[in-house]
Amino acid sequence: MVGITRRAAFQGGAALLVAPSLIDRANAQSAFDWRRFRGERIEVSVQLSPRGTMLQQNNKEFEELTGIRCGLEVVPEQQHRQKIIVEYASGRPSFDVTEISLHVNKRQVGKARWNTDIRFLLADSTLTAPDFDFADYGEGMMTYATQSDGRLDTCPAGADYFILYYNKELLAAKNIDVPTTWDEMYEASKRLADPTKQVYGHVGRGVKNANVVLWSSYLLGTGQRDMIDANRQLITDTPDAIWAGENYKKFLRDVSPPGSIGFNWNECQTTFMQGRAAMWVDGIGFAAPLEDRTRSRIAGKVGYAVVPRGPGPQHHCALFGAGYGIPEASRKKGPAWLYIQWALGKANQLKWLVSGAGVPARSSPFRNEEAIGRSHFPRDFFQTLEASAKIARAGLPEIVPVTQFRDVIGSALTNSISGADVATELKKATAEFRPILEQSERET
Amino acid sequence: MSQATAASVAVRAVANRRRNYARRYVWFVIPAAVVIIAVILFPWIFTIYVSAFDWRLGGERRWVGFANYKQLFTDARFGWAVLRTIFYTALAVMLPMLLGLIAALSFNRKFPLRGLARTIFILPMMATPVAVALVWTMMFHPQLGVLNWLLVQFGLPPSLWVYSADTVIPTLVLVEVWHWTPLVMLLILGGLASLPVDPYEAAKIDGASPWQAFRYITLPLLAPFIVVALIIRTIDALKAFDTIYVITQGGPGQASETINIFLYLQAFAFYNVGYASAVVVVFFILIMGLAALLLWTRERVRMT
Repeated sequence: MVGITRRAAFQGGAALLVAPSLIDRANAQSAFDWRRFRGERIEVSVQLSPRGTMLQQNNKEFEELTGIRCGLEVVPEQQHRQKIIVEYASGRPSFDVTEISLHVNKRQVGKARWNTDIRFLLADSTLTAPDFDFADYGEGMMTYATQSDGRLDTCPAGADYFILYYNKELLAAKNIDVPTTWDEMYEASKRLADPTKQVYGHVGRGVKNANVVLWSSYLLGTGQRDMIDANRQLITDTPDAIWAGENYKKFLRDVSPPGSIGFNWNECQTTFMQGRAAMWVDGIGFAAPLEDRTRSRIAGKVGYAVVPRGPGPQHHCALFGAGYGIPEASRKKGPAWLYIQWALGKANQLKWLVSGAGVPARSSPFRNEEAIGRSHFPRDFFQTLEASAKIARAGLPEIVPVTQFRDVIGSALTNSISGADVATELKKATAEFRPILEQSERET
Repeated sequence: MSQATAASVAVRAVANRRRNYARRYVWFVIPAAVVIIAVILFPWIFTIYVSAFDWRLGGERRWVGFANYKQLFTDARFGWAVLRTIFYTALAVMLPMLLGLIAALSFNRKFPLRGLARTIFILPMMATPVAVALVWTMMFHPQLGVLNWLLVQFGLPPSLWVYSADTVIPTLVLVEVWHWTPLVMLLILGGLASLPVDPYEAAKIDGASPWQAFRYITLPLLAPFIVVALIIRTIDALKAFDTIYVITQGGPGQASETINIFLYLQAFAFYNVGYASAVVVVFFILIMGLAALLLWTRERVRMT
């Protein structure tokens, strides 16, 4: 047996006393330093949505984590899109982080190189937390957010899939199954209509601009699927495009409430929530109020399903999405990148999903069975989400003048609801928009 | 010194004093001049300059001279927007003028609770246009709106209000009438309060009927006030944007797209700032022409 000397005992005791501080220091070196930019201030501009509201409510959490003061502005969607473009064009945007609607502004922002390429920030281990786990982002969303030249100028934030909402009670009352094709849905809508009670089989967007995404949902079900071809030429007056237009016309004219010509998503949502429409095809991001018992008459009675199939060989649903970017002109890219990591981290993205605030771009929230089980949303909501993610395809063409595209094609569709000939209207709209697209493509 | 020389020296002295006076006080003009140049003159010159470019935000800027103006005069959509603006303005001026005049004549008479009735009548004018527009939007909803419910209660068929291309402009004018008739009433009521009573007494002695008194005394004396109300209403109706944008955004289709909505879309939805600037210049010329016509009318009324 080896005897312990008094000297060895003192040395051992001293070592034990010092050990905790050594471990702390070692941890500090290995752990990510969230507070490296403490004392700085950043400005963030996001769209008014349940996601934006959530960020606003939890802003203090970010400030306490990083010591960075964060001025957060939440602006309604349409005004936000316009505001950020005007600010970007000025060369000195007031924000260090902003939300970009990828289906509207992606190409415009990418073409002007207004945002910084976040791949360089991702590669910097001093700036990117090890648990940020970029591989967690689904491939589809990564492709959607990446510019054609390979630059990644936004971090994917969320997706929005078009799905079929239906009123379970109304369908059950007439013993109607959930439709799986557009034709079945049209026939079901006719049977579900009860004008004496002002109940209609279907409700959908009729207002110009907003209505294009409903038409594109039909078009995605054809063999053509897209609105521009591989040579970036407009193909919105082809037989498939006209079929989609005819489908749109018959749904909006024959089986929708009178006045649908002026309905945007909010009028559709109100009509559906009040139990006045049996089926509604729109973005999954509008689900939360439907399940709110204080606002909705059909809470607990809403069914969710993937959009019906079209006549084409593939089955797709329209995909839209948003990402968060950092302006190239920002002088606070480091703190801004910390904000994005916090806002789009795993914890916040899981909150989005379970509260119905939006569809996260990350895939890990969908695997969190325990959190999903606690959600007040029914199982079929999450199943529809998962199934839609697999068949999602861009619901708008990736072009710079996308708003003008929606305006011109949307006007043609609106005219068709009033009775105009679909083929004539789409040919006229295509001829009107073609030179605008060609000029834009030449400049690109 | 001759008399002529003395006179010329005196004239020069007065001129010098005037010059010195102007020189001494010119500094007081500078702040106002700077503000006018910065907020009126410069934006105008810059707008005219931008209108000579084919320029989309984020894209290239190309000098095109008068091409935007040429395009504007061949753009059928702009032409329709001008016609709709004229139609909307005509209705949104005439109806509040007529109703405002009737209301002013009614409120000028003495009756119980007149003060309270006047206060209630002018309440709509105090509401924010965007809030007003949002409330009316809910009321116009074809299935869930209160207006159709009311129509049905009275045995009338429901209307599509702003959800039909045929009825959208008259419906938007309805909101404008509700909102701004009180202003016309207030302006004319102010005029009525200032009218002398002698001509009415004389007319009564001469046996004039109430209609004759109104037609040949009240109306001519009120004319300057009516013209002021007309100018204010016309300018307001021409620049109407918030109500239309919130309720219809120019729809259904383009059925309520006035020049302002067209301009807004070009500038802030399509980011076509060169073309939008050309629209601004043309719209400004139209407004200037109309303002000149109205001012000429006012002068004529004042003289007669």
